[in-house]
Amino acid sequence: MNSNKNIASPLVININNVYKSFGELEVLKGINLSVFKGENMAILGKSGSGKSVLIKMMIGLLQPDKGEVFVLNQEVKNLQGKELDALRLRIGFSFQNSALYDSMNVFQNLAFPLIMNHKNLSKAEISHAVEEALVAVGLESKELQMPADLSGGQRKRIGIARTLILKPEIMLYDEPTSGLDPVTSSEINALIVSVQKEYRTTSVIITHDLTCAKVTCNRIAVLVEGAFLKVGTFEEVFNQQTDLISPFYNYNFIQ
Amino acid sequence: MLVKQNKPYVINKKIDSYFDGVYHAFKFVKRFFAQVIRPPFHFKEVINQSYEIGIKSLSLITLTGFIVGMVFTKQTRPSLEDFGATSWLPSLIGIAIVRALAALVTALICAGKVGSSIGAELGSMKVTEQIDAMEVSAINPFKYLVVTRVLATSLTIPILALYCSFVGLLGSYLNVYGSEASSLTMFYKNAFSDISFLDIFASVVKSIFYGFTIGMVGCYKGYYATQGTRGVGKAANEAVVLSMFLIFVEEIIIVQVSNWIRLY
Repeated sequence: MNSNKNIASPLVININNVYKSFGELEVLKGINLSVFKGENMAILGKSGSGKSVLIKMMIGLLQPDKGEVFVLNQEVKNLQGKELDALRLRIGFSFQNSALYDSMNVFQNLAFPLIMNHKNLSKAEISHAVEEALVAVGLESKELQMPADLSGGQRKRIGIARTLILKPEIMLYDEPTSGLDPVTSSEINALIVSVQKEYRTTSVIITHDLTCAKVTCNRIAVLVEGAFLKVGTFEEVFNQQTDLISPFYNYNFIQ
Repeated sequence: MLVKQNKPYVINKKIDSYFDGVYHAFKFVKRFFAQVIRPPFHFKEVINQSYEIGIKSLSLITLTGFIVGMVFTKQTRPSLEDFGATSWLPSLIGIAIVRALAALVTALICAGKVGSSIGAELGSMKVTEQIDAMEVSAINPFKYLVVTRVLATSLTIPILALYCSFVGLLGSYLNVYGSEASSLTMFYKNAFSDISFLDIFASVVKSIFYGFTIGMVGCYKGYYATQGTRGVGKAANEAVVLSMFLIFVEEIIIVQVSNWIRLY
């Protein structure tokens, strides 16, 4: 999946000249990025390059020191309280370690955001929504299991299902395949693609797994030393490899 | 290369970080009061947490309260016998347990058992991004996790303290019964003969303060836990140490205030 077909679609995420530092460590240095409706965008970068910081800014968990982050035509920095919650309900965030609630079983994990945000739903409607989300990730038989009893891949799937239950317009995936074996990784990649198709989401995928980026994304942005080195389709980014880009390629596809 | 920093710089930095910590804690408490009065109210979660706190601490409070009452009576009796004043024993024990010991013993047990559990639970949720997961799902984690737990400790610990008084007096009665034939009804009647409404009221009020402190400190330490699993252990440990320290400070203040009220 490496076409450039979505470029003409409306802008969903627009990041303008964003800077972010933690103490004296400058993590992002003037980032610009546009993500269009319906496309899957991968952000590739080494550990500590600021990928997760960038994705957390998109949902308002972190604020930029300078610059603007627009999501669905709203500047995230300016939103507070109910306005920010309303935006967050339109965005799904899949965490690197899944962040499932330890004290709740799978059903409760999925039902929790629904119950808290839609107080008027009946028990039957909640059960139906949970079932639907579990079917979407292929884990319909795991309702009563606790997160501790699930494998890494299953936890990732349940994490994705928990975001899908709120029917998001945008999906943000933080390292969706990290720590998984190649077979499970490819299953997660297939799930990301199917979520894009079935739920018609726009996705941003943070990863250093080139296979994941190649299989799931329309475009790739390579983040090196706090700035985007290249943005384009997989071929555009990796056909002309520089010293900074080739390590990614060589690591993932041994030449 | 490691740069050795001079002493005044390090001390200044520690003082800065101390006052920074106090300021953050103050903001945390202020945030609690701002959110506790605003809907949505998670009554069900408050009840769940109260039940958890009560169940977790009940056996330990029963045992400790019983032993405190029994041992305190056993140690006091010889001194009173010297003056031929053993008939004062029930009222002396009653005053000691209801005014001071029950609330303090309950608070210290709960600081260890409940405070550490809250610190560890929230700390673990913080480092595994479960708190962030709530936030991105448009759920207010402060309201759902902190407000409910602080309310639960503030409501449950006074009840546990009253229960501890009852069990402590029961322990005391059993010791008294071993030495002289006395009925339980008479013992309780004598024990409460010198206890005023103010004594019970002050005991309940200070238990509310202790409960608030235990919940608030546990939540604060857990909510801002860092450094992975090490941070979780640190949060649990600091929650116990700090809440015990604050409980003793509050005890001194509340005793002074209630004595002052009693005098006037």
